[in-house]
Amino acid sequence: MKKLLMATAACALLPFAAFAQDKPEKLQIGVTSFLTGPASVFGVPAKAAAEILAEDINAAGGIQGVPVELTFIDEGAGTEVLTTEYRRIVESGADVMLAAISSGNCKTLAPLAEDLKVINIMWDCGTQKIFEEDDYNYVFRSGAHAGTEMLAAVAYLLKTKPDFKTIAVVNQDYAWGRDSWDIFSAALTALRPDVEVVGEFFPKFGSADFSTEISRLQALQPDVILSTSWGGDLDTFVQQASQRGLTNNSTFVLPLAESSLERLGSALPSGHIVGARGDHYWDHPERRDDADFQAFMAKFEEKTGAKAIYPVFHMSQGMAAIQAAYDAAAAANGGDWPNEDQVIAAMAGLEFQGLGRPVTLREDHQGIEAQLMGTSVQGGELPFATLENMMIFDGAELTTPVGQESVAWVGTLQPGWVDTLTVETFEN
Amino acid sequence: MTIRTLIPAILLLLLALVPFGAQGLQVLLTLALAKGIAVMGITVLLRSGQVSFGHALFFAIAAYGGAFTLMLMPGADLIVVFLLGLFAAVLSGVLVGLFVARYRFIFFAMLNLAFSMIFWSILEKFYHYTGGADGMRLPRPTVFWIEMERGTYELFMFYFALVLAIGLGWFSMRWLESPAGQLFRTLKTNETRLQYLGMSPQRVMMNGYVLSAMLCGTGGILMGLVQGVVTPEYAYWIRSGEMVFIAVLGGAGSVPGALVGAAIYEIVRTYASAFAGDVWQMVLGTFLLIIILFAPGGIAGIYNSLMDRIAGKKEDGE
Amino acid sequence: MNLTLFLLALFDGIAYAALVFIVAVGLTLIFGVMRILNVAHGSLYAMGAYLTASLTTFVLAAGLPPVFAFPCMLVSAVLIGVVLGGPLEWLLLRRIYHKPEVLQLLVTFAIFMILEDVQRLIWGTQPIFQSTALQLMGNVRAFSVNYTVYQLILLPVVAIALLVGLRFFLRRTVAGKLILATTEDREAAQAIGIDADKVFLLTFIVGAGLAGLGGALASPTTSILPGIGADMIVLSFAVVATAGLGQIEGAALTALLIGLGRSFAVYVWPETQVLVPYLIMVAVLLVRPEGLFGSPSARKI
Repeated sequence: MKKLLMATAACALLPFAAFAQDKPEKLQIGVTSFLTGPASVFGVPAKAAAEILAEDINAAGGIQGVPVELTFIDEGAGTEVLTTEYRRIVESGADVMLAAISSGNCKTLAPLAEDLKVINIMWDCGTQKIFEEDDYNYVFRSGAHAGTEMLAAVAYLLKTKPDFKTIAVVNQDYAWGRDSWDIFSAALTALRPDVEVVGEFFPKFGSADFSTEISRLQALQPDVILSTSWGGDLDTFVQQASQRGLTNNSTFVLPLAESSLERLGSALPSGHIVGARGDHYWDHPERRDDADFQAFMAKFEEKTGAKAIYPVFHMSQGMAAIQAAYDAAAAANGGDWPNEDQVIAAMAGLEFQGLGRPVTLREDHQGIEAQLMGTSVQGGELPFATLENMMIFDGAELTTPVGQESVAWVGTLQPGWVDTLTVETFEN
Repeated sequence: MTIRTLIPAILLLLLALVPFGAQGLQVLLTLALAKGIAVMGITVLLRSGQVSFGHALFFAIAAYGGAFTLMLMPGADLIVVFLLGLFAAVLSGVLVGLFVARYRFIFFAMLNLAFSMIFWSILEKFYHYTGGADGMRLPRPTVFWIEMERGTYELFMFYFALVLAIGLGWFSMRWLESPAGQLFRTLKTNETRLQYLGMSPQRVMMNGYVLSAMLCGTGGILMGLVQGVVTPEYAYWIRSGEMVFIAVLGGAGSVPGALVGAAIYEIVRTYASAFAGDVWQMVLGTFLLIIILFAPGGIAGIYNSLMDRIAGKKEDGE
Repeated sequence: MNLTLFLLALFDGIAYAALVFIVAVGLTLIFGVMRILNVAHGSLYAMGAYLTASLTTFVLAAGLPPVFAFPCMLVSAVLIGVVLGGPLEWLLLRRIYHKPEVLQLLVTFAIFMILEDVQRLIWGTQPIFQSTALQLMGNVRAFSVNYTVYQLILLPVVAIALLVGLRFFLRRTVAGKLILATTEDREAAQAIGIDADKVFLLTFIVGAGLAGLGGALASPTTSILPGIGADMIVLSFAVVATAGLGQIEGAALTALLIGLGRSFAVYVWPETQVLVPYLIMVAVLLVRPEGLFGSPSARKI
C-alpha cells in the first residue's frame, strides 16, 4: 500500500510534459461505468463491450501504432470514491477519460475534467443541460442528448398513432425521469396542443411495486402511456402492467425499452413503441449485413450470453471518437503522435462511426446521433419481442440548435413539423 | 512530553505536510477530515449513550444550505457560504432536537432516521428546486473575495478543514469535560440521577444534540465545498450508518479517534473500490466485523492499550 | 374522490400492506426478543427473493408443473432461516450480546454490506423476473380494473394467517411461550431456567425465515435486482418503531396504515407517496413515544 501511495504521489508531482510528443508506450483510457447498483444493467454490458473493442483495436495494431489500455472506475461506489478515483486515474497518466453513465456524475465530472485538463468524452449520460448551461474545452459527448431522444419518441408516436387524445406518464423520480418528461410534454404541447395529460406519476427510483399506479391508470384509461424508465423499474412496470391487462388498452411509449427487450421476454406484447437512445439495436437494419457489425455482435454474445443493448453502442461510439480524433490529429501533425491540444483541435466537427450510423461532433461538443424507434412484435424465432416498422431519424433535425435551451426550443416547434423530418423506414 | 502525546503531534505534523509530500492524498484527506468532523458529532452523542441513525440529515442540510446560498447569491464568498450552511444545520438541529430530545435508545435512533429520510425524500421529490437525485452544484466560490484556481482552492480547503478539525476537536473535548458536558455524559450513566439534581434531561440532551448537529453540519458544508456537488445521498440512511461505523472504528467516544477513523475508512474504501472492484462493500463489511469482534475499543482503544504497554502501567481508560 | 376510487385505493393499500407486514414481522420478532435491530434483514429479504426465483426457474426447467412455484417459496424461506440465519446468530451475533447497542447494530450493518456483495456475486447485476406463481393465479376484475389474485387475495390471506399463526405460536406453544417470556424480561426468564441462547437462536431463525418468506412472496411481483434489500429495510424499520417494541399486532396495524396511506397518496397527491411511511412514523411517535402498542418501560434507578 505504501509503495502505491508513494507512486501516486510521485506521479502527481510530475509536471505535465509539454515537449514534442514521442509515441507513448500505450494510450491510457479511463472508463467510468456502473459495476454495482441498479444502473449496472447498463454498466456491465458496456464494460464487456469496451474490453472487446480494446482487444480489437490492439489486435489491429492500436491507435496510430499505440496500444490502448483501459482502466475502469465504478460509478456505483458513490460520488466521493468516483471523484477520488477519477482524479487518481488522471493523475497517474490517463490520456482520455470516458465518463459517465449517470447524468449526475457527468455534471460532477465535467468541471473536474476541465480543471484537470483531461479530455473527457461523455459516452452515455443524456442530460442536455451540460452544454446548454456551461462551455467546456475538454468535455465532449459522443452521442445524442435527452432532447434528441425524446423528440424522436414524439415524432414516431405522432407518425404511427396520430389520433390519440390522452396520455399519462410514469417516470422514475430522478433527473432523467423529470427532464425527459419536461421535454416530451413541451414537444407535445407544441405539436399536438389538443392532447390531454390525464396522469403524471413519478414513483421513486428503484420502486419494486407499481400496483397502485397501474390500478389508477386502468381507471383513467389513457390512449398512450409514456415511461422513460429503464432497468429493473421498467421491467417491473411492464411486467405488472401486462399481467393486469393494461398493455391491451393503452399504447405504451418506452423510449429506453430496447435495453430491456430480452429480459422482458413475452411480457412486452406486440404493438408498443420502443426506443433505444440512438440508432442502437442488435439487429440494426442498416448495419446488420456489415462484417464488422456481425463480428462484434458474435463476440459480444459469446462473451456475455446476451444481445447487445444501447450502452454497448454508446461505448463503441466513445471508443470510435477517441480513435478518430487521434487519427485525425496525427494526420494533421504530419503523422507524428499528437499532443492533447492537437487532439482537442481535431475533435471539432469530427465524424466517427461506432456500431450505428456515423456520429458528428458539433462545435458546442455535442454529438449528433441518428435515432431509431420501432414497434414491438412477438412471435418471431426469439423468445422475446423484436422490432418492426423501424424508423431511423436524422439526428441533426431533432437536435436543439447550438446556443438554445432544449425545453424552450422544443416549445417553438409548429404542428406539422413531424412531416418535415428525414426518415428511413424498415419493415423489420 | 510523553510518547502518548508525541505520536499524535507527529501525525498532525505529517498531515500538515501532506500537500508537499503526498499531493495525491491531499483531496482524499480533505474529504476524510470533513467526514471526521461530522463523525465527531456522532462521537459526542455516543458519550451520552445515544446512537443516531439519521445524523446525515445535518450533514446534508448544511451542504444544501451552501448550495442554495450559491444559487441565490451567485459569487457569494466561501465564508458566507460556510456560515449560512452551518447556520442551516444548527437551526435544524434545534428544531429536530426539540422533537427528539426526550427519546432514548432505539426510538432516538429511529426518529432521527425518520427525519433524515423525510428530508431525503423531499430532496428527491422536489426536483425542480433541489435537482432531485442529481443534486445541486456548488460552483467554486471566492475565498475572502479572491478568485482561486482549483489547485490553490483545494490546498486552501485542506488547511481550512485541518484547522477546523483541530479547533472543533479541541472544543468538543473541552466541552465534554466542562460541567455541561459532564451532565450530558450522565445521560448515559444515570439519567434519573440527573433529574434528582433538578436538571431537565431534555435540556441537557438539547445542548449535546445541537453541538453534534453543528459538527455534522460543518463536515457536510466542507464536503460540499470540496466536492462541488451535493446529492440527496448525503442524507440517506446508509450515510448515517457509515458515520456511526467510522465513530466505532475510531473508538466509540474518542474525539481524535473520529478523525483517524475517518482517514482510515476513506483510504480503505477508496483502495478497496479501486483494487477489489465490485466487492468493496464486502471488504469494508469484513473490516468492520473484525474491528468489532476483536478490537471493540476501535483505533483509540488499540492505541491506548499499546501506549499502556509501552508506558508499562495501567491507566484508567474511558 | 368517488366511492369506486376509494375502494380501488383500499384494495391496493391492503395488498401492499400485506407484503410489508410479512417482511416487517420477522424484524419485529427479532427486535422484540433480542433487542437487536437487524439491518441485515433487508439482505435476507433480498436473498429470499433471489433464491425463490432461481429455485422456481430450476424446478420448471426440470419439467415439473408450474404449481411447484409455491413450494419453492416455502423451501427458500426455510433455507434462508436455517442455512443463513442460524449460522449468523450462532457465529456472529452470539458474541456481541453483552456489547453496547451500537456495536450490535453495526455488526448487522457489516453483515448487510457483505451480503449485498454476496448477492451480486451469486446472482449478477441483471434484474431477474420469475412471475410463474403470479401468472398461475390469474386476474380478478373489480370496477373494470384488473387485479392479480396473487396480490389482492393470496398475499393478504398469507399475512392474516401469519398474524394468527404467530399469535398462536407465541401464546399457545411452549417454544412460543419461552420466546414471549424472554421478550418480557430477559433476566427473569434466564433466572427461571430458560435457555436464552436457544431462544435467541430459534427467534433469529424464525425471523430470518420470515424475511426470506417476504422476499419469496414478493419475488413473482417484481424485478429482483441489487439494492432491493436496502429499501425494504428502511420501511421495516419504520414499521417496527411505529408498532412498538416487538409488537406483532402493532406491526400489522402499522403495515396497514402505511399501505393505505401510500395508496391513497397515489390517488390524491402522488408526489407525497414516498413520504407517507416516515410521516406516519413521526406522527405516531410524537403522540405515543413508545410506539402504537408499546408500553412505557419501567425506569431503572
